Amino acid sequence: MAIVYQKSKGLTDAELHYCPGCTHGIVHKLVAETLEEMGVLGNTIGVAPVGCSVFAYNYFNCDMHEAAHGRAPAVATGIKRVSAPGTIVFTYQGDGDLAAIGTAEVIHAAMRGEKITTIFINNAIYGMTGGQMAPTTLVGQKATTAPMGRQKDHYGSPIRMAEIISTLEGCAFAQRVCVADMANLNKAKKAIQKAFKLQQEGAGFTFVEVLACCPTNWGKTPAASVEWLKENMIPYFPLGVYKDITTQEG
Amino acid sequence: MAKELWKGNEAIAEAAIRAGCKYFFGYPITPQNEIPEYLSLHLPKIGGCFIQAESEVAAINMVYGAAGCGVRVMTSSSSPGISLKQEGITYMCGAELPAVIVNMMRGGPGLGTIQPAQGDYFQATRGGGNGDYRHLVLAPATIQEAADFVQLAFDLAEQYRNPVMVVADGMIGQMMEAIEWRTPEKRELPEKTWATTGTKGERKPNVINSLYIDPNLCAVHNDRLAAKYQAMEDAETRWEEVDTENCDVLFVSYGTPSRICRAAIRQLEKEGIKAGLFRPITLWPFPGKALKKAASQESVKAVVDVELSMGQMIDDVKIALEGCRPVSFIGKAGGVVPTPAEVAAAAKAAIGR
Repeated sequence: MAIVYQKSKGLTDAELHYCPGCTHGIVHKLVAETLEEMGVLGNTIGVAPVGCSVFAYNYFNCDMHEAAHGRAPAVATGIKRVSAPGTIVFTYQGDGDLAAIGTAEVIHAAMRGEKITTIFINNAIYGMTGGQMAPTTLVGQKATTAPMGRQKDHYGSPIRMAEIISTLEGCAFAQRVCVADMANLNKAKKAIQKAFKLQQEGAGFTFVEVLACCPTNWGKTPAASVEWLKENMIPYFPLGVYKDITTQEG
Repeated sequence: MAKELWKGNEAIAEAAIRAGCKYFFGYPITPQNEIPEYLSLHLPKIGGCFIQAESEVAAINMVYGAAGCGVRVMTSSSSPGISLKQEGITYMCGAELPAVIVNMMRGGPGLGTIQPAQGDYFQATRGGGNGDYRHLVLAPATIQEAADFVQLAFDLAEQYRNPVMVVADGMIGQMMEAIEWRTPEKRELPEKTWATTGTKGERKPNVINSLYIDPNLCAVHNDRLAAKYQAMEDAETRWEEVDTENCDVLFVSYGTPSRICRAAIRQLEKEGIKAGLFRPITLWPFPGKALKKAASQESVKAVVDVELSMGQMIDDVKIALEGCRPVSFIGKAGGVVPTPAEVAAAAKAAIGR
């Protein structure tokens, strides 16, 4: 019998710990498929963050580092700078990790044009610690540390990382995607493929921001979460390519 | 081999290169800047890489990443910068990564001053980061030792798969002395089968990690680390004794103040007082048993602890002596160094002369 679909060799057999309706599993799959398709699993070193995807080192079927909170781009820099030519290095980080405690690390990795790929999962909340306010939490959105909703006059407005990263000369590629439906999932896969391809070519820092659902901490069903993401997150965090040196001057 | 005149910081940097270190990640801070400056010039010439990071936090995490790939890597800083590196140090101990960290200590607390001090003894020996971890702490008192210990530190780090810290007061970094280049005694070093170099499809993935979410597994991990730290204590405790035999008064001091003690010993000798020096070379493990043996001699009336701090190592001295001899203290913090005369006077006061 012909095999028409099977789990990517880029993933281990470990059972995912993610909640029902969480987007991490899908994005893990897209990254794993991309690495497998490129034939680089044996030359890839990934860096897991602190947050919901802290256990990513159990799921990706390649050499992995578990980094301190926010430091993944610095750890990835150390890895990339000492590794054999052709080594693919990626970080996989959430919004608390990348856009709060690790802001300096990601900005400077991008500034240096580190030849790494950062997959940024933006679900507008701290998941692992139980639903606290993230730097990407929307104004008015409730969190356990913003019980009346994020107040603009108290915390300002959410940070748009893809836009910020795209302003840095060292950034070769920055795109914001989501996986809320098949059309967007396919776009996300293409963005991830492009990011890793450009890293392989030595183009510079590559960044894919994925808008993601957190049904558990949003207090919504998986289906309602997808709708909430489309109605609330996409208007504030517009999808699209913010930097692509293959189509424009870097 | 002929002696050469080297500045401490530059000797440390050159020693790292001679030890096979090709990678350095750091951040500027006085009084250690000659280390990154030297390496930024020389590492590219040998196919290595120097990066001035955005912070000490980033630098130590770059070291974490590089060390996980199995290469020899170093960072250096001075007191406030070492505070920032504590996070990375505890992670490296937890993930069992070899690396060398140099602390060219300056006065504190806070921003303090840029002059030499030893106020980071607690931080270095107790660990400024979280959790039950230990790492070797080597304390040179001369530029020769600084050069020797940096080379030794790389071997020790790999032998025990653990970071090693070299701590010196800023005087060691800024002073010039004649040294000769020596190679450390050859050690049988374990193969780095754990390093992340890409699986090449030939082995299971390697994971560099300090997370053990299952408390039972985390307890086992801590037991295993504790056994390793015990092995370091058993095999790597180092010290030097100067004129300790039948001395009346025993100085305990490390780094630059130990040299002031040597001058004080000569002054006291002229006055008919036999003074000796016990100099810890490893601050962790602290050579407590040897110290007690030296201090327990019948001739020893008092022990005088001399530090460029307000009294930190003195805790280890008292723990080691278990009350067998009176311990007094002379020290200055904030970048001021006591004179041999002041140290000699403290010794006389301690024995009632």
